[in-house]
Amino acid sequence: MNSLFYQKNSSRNIGDKVFTTLSLICVVIAILPLIFLVTYILIKGGAQITPELFTLEPNPPGDDLDAGGINPALIGTLIITTIASIIAIPVGVGGGIYLAEYSKGGPFSRFIRFGVNVLAGVPSIIAGVFIYALIVSTKILFGSMYSGFAGGMALSILMLPTVIKTTDEGLKLVPNELRYASLGVGASMYTTILKITLPSAFRSIATGVVLGIARAAGETAPLIFTALFSYYYITGFGDLFYEMGSLAVLIYNFALEPYDAQNKLAWAASFILVLSILSVNIFSRILAAFTEKTKRV
Amino acid sequence: MEEKLALFKNRKRFGIEKNIDIIFKNTALVLSSFVAIILLGIVLVVFVQSFESFSRYGLKFLVTSEWNPVKDEYGAFTAIYGTLITSFISLLITIPLGVGTAIFITEDFVPKVFREIIGSFVELLAAIPSVVLGLWAIFVMEPFFRAFFVFLHNFFGWVPLFSTEPTGRNSLLAILILVVMLLPIVTSIARDSLNQVPKKLRNASYGIGASRWKTIFSVILPAALSGIMAGVLLALGRAMGETMAVTMIIGNSNAFSWSLLSPGYTISSMLANQFGEADGSQVSSLFYAAFVLMILSLVVNIFAQWLVKKFSLKY
Repeated sequence: MNSLFYQKNSSRNIGDKVFTTLSLICVVIAILPLIFLVTYILIKGGAQITPELFTLEPNPPGDDLDAGGINPALIGTLIITTIASIIAIPVGVGGGIYLAEYSKGGPFSRFIRFGVNVLAGVPSIIAGVFIYALIVSTKILFGSMYSGFAGGMALSILMLPTVIKTTDEGLKLVPNELRYASLGVGASMYTTILKITLPSAFRSIATGVVLGIARAAGETAPLIFTALFSYYYITGFGDLFYEMGSLAVLIYNFALEPYDAQNKLAWAASFILVLSILSVNIFSRILAAFTEKTKRV
Repeated sequence: MEEKLALFKNRKRFGIEKNIDIIFKNTALVLSSFVAIILLGIVLVVFVQSFESFSRYGLKFLVTSEWNPVKDEYGAFTAIYGTLITSFISLLITIPLGVGTAIFITEDFVPKVFREIIGSFVELLAAIPSVVLGLWAIFVMEPFFRAFFVFLHNFFGWVPLFSTEPTGRNSLLAILILVVMLLPIVTSIARDSLNQVPKKLRNASYGIGASRWKTIFSVILPAALSGIMAGVLLALGRAMGETMAVTMIIGNSNAFSWSLLSPGYTISSMLANQFGEADGSQVSSLFYAAFVLMILSLVVNIFAQWLVKKFSLKY
């Protein structure tokens, strides 16, 4: 008779409760530091934000109380990420098109897909080392050594796997009926891809690519010995071939300075970096959720 | 009928359009092979650059810990040991936390809204740049844990892992910041593989009277194990290659010590620290160290992929 009712003190129910509590503790331990981290960066970094921050050059580290601004690093991050995108997006989208539209699952495409996964796992600093050996130490780019261009190339290596993967997966989600219809009315393969499949997969590809760009914008390791760092304004096109600052490297350099003024600049730069990366992420998440809802209807 | 068939057979595209089609396909083919070229290029370039050091020290490089640019003697044991110990210990801490969190957000302990919030929050944190984590570690984590480290040393000083007096930055802090970085990876992959376990299995287990956690331990976790393992391996690869946060907090000392409370080194932090200023045979030795790191992470990654392929789609 008793066995028909929930027994609070039976060993299995106690065990269940113990484990449920344990998993709750896991969540708390996992989440708490993360919440602290984000709020700390937003509060501490947000407090350092001033209008001059966006317009001034950083002063060289020293006992100087006025650290200046982060304008060159901000512009540098934009330029380096743009260079990386200009290289990685065409190559990645093209590669993804081949994998999704042309390949028939043979050894070549399997090898490329495998390579994409392996490349995604290559430590980011190795990309920096590679570009250093290939471009910086050989001075192959018009005799310049460290340059914003080299930094952009290093970042593009990190972006490439993300772009290929999202293109490949986005195109695979396009229903085959669309392709049959297009080919059936006599369109050629490239017209079908450019006019039908690519546009209908555009949103998912764009989301993935933007997330990839956001991730690349925060990468530091590939830049510290390719783009290096610079204290000076970026004034013209020629500056692409000289050392170029970036927010990420600025945080790294200034966090290790013993002076308070530089540390504050590092916090301000992290605030800007984290805020922009988080908002891109949240925005694309909302967009993805929205797309899913409209698709179901 | 005959005429129509002949017409049909003669329908052809214009030459130009055909050529564009072929060019388009081949361009895509070339672009996709870039991945392979870059990958082989990386392996080849790093190997060629490390050749000088490789031929001078051979495998002795891996087991000696002298790193002396003045005497031109190089050995990367401290860095290799640091890479392995920090990544393995951080993984040991991350696995239960991450899998526990994943179980919590795939079961129905709390309403779905909260679980989704926790899940997307964890995923958002994967997007925070590691250099920012490093900054946070220097100014918040290190002071916060200082007292705890002193306590650890005073009471467990007889364990070799805690045998040195804690002074500022050390390997244990690097391990802790790695845990923060790895948690999102392990949690989101574990959650995905737990979600993929078919509902039927769970219902069958409940149906024969198993309790919730009996079901989780005996049915759901084993079914999701290969996915979780792959996620753990990916996280291991990430931990070994992680550079910025570790470099900023590990203390960067090449003096070998078993203790986690003393400053240490990892291969990637050594590269980040010395590459800019190195010259002569030091560069080659750094490339050798980079080569070791690359092989380590390649092996882990390829093994993870093999695992996924081998064990996925079982149900």
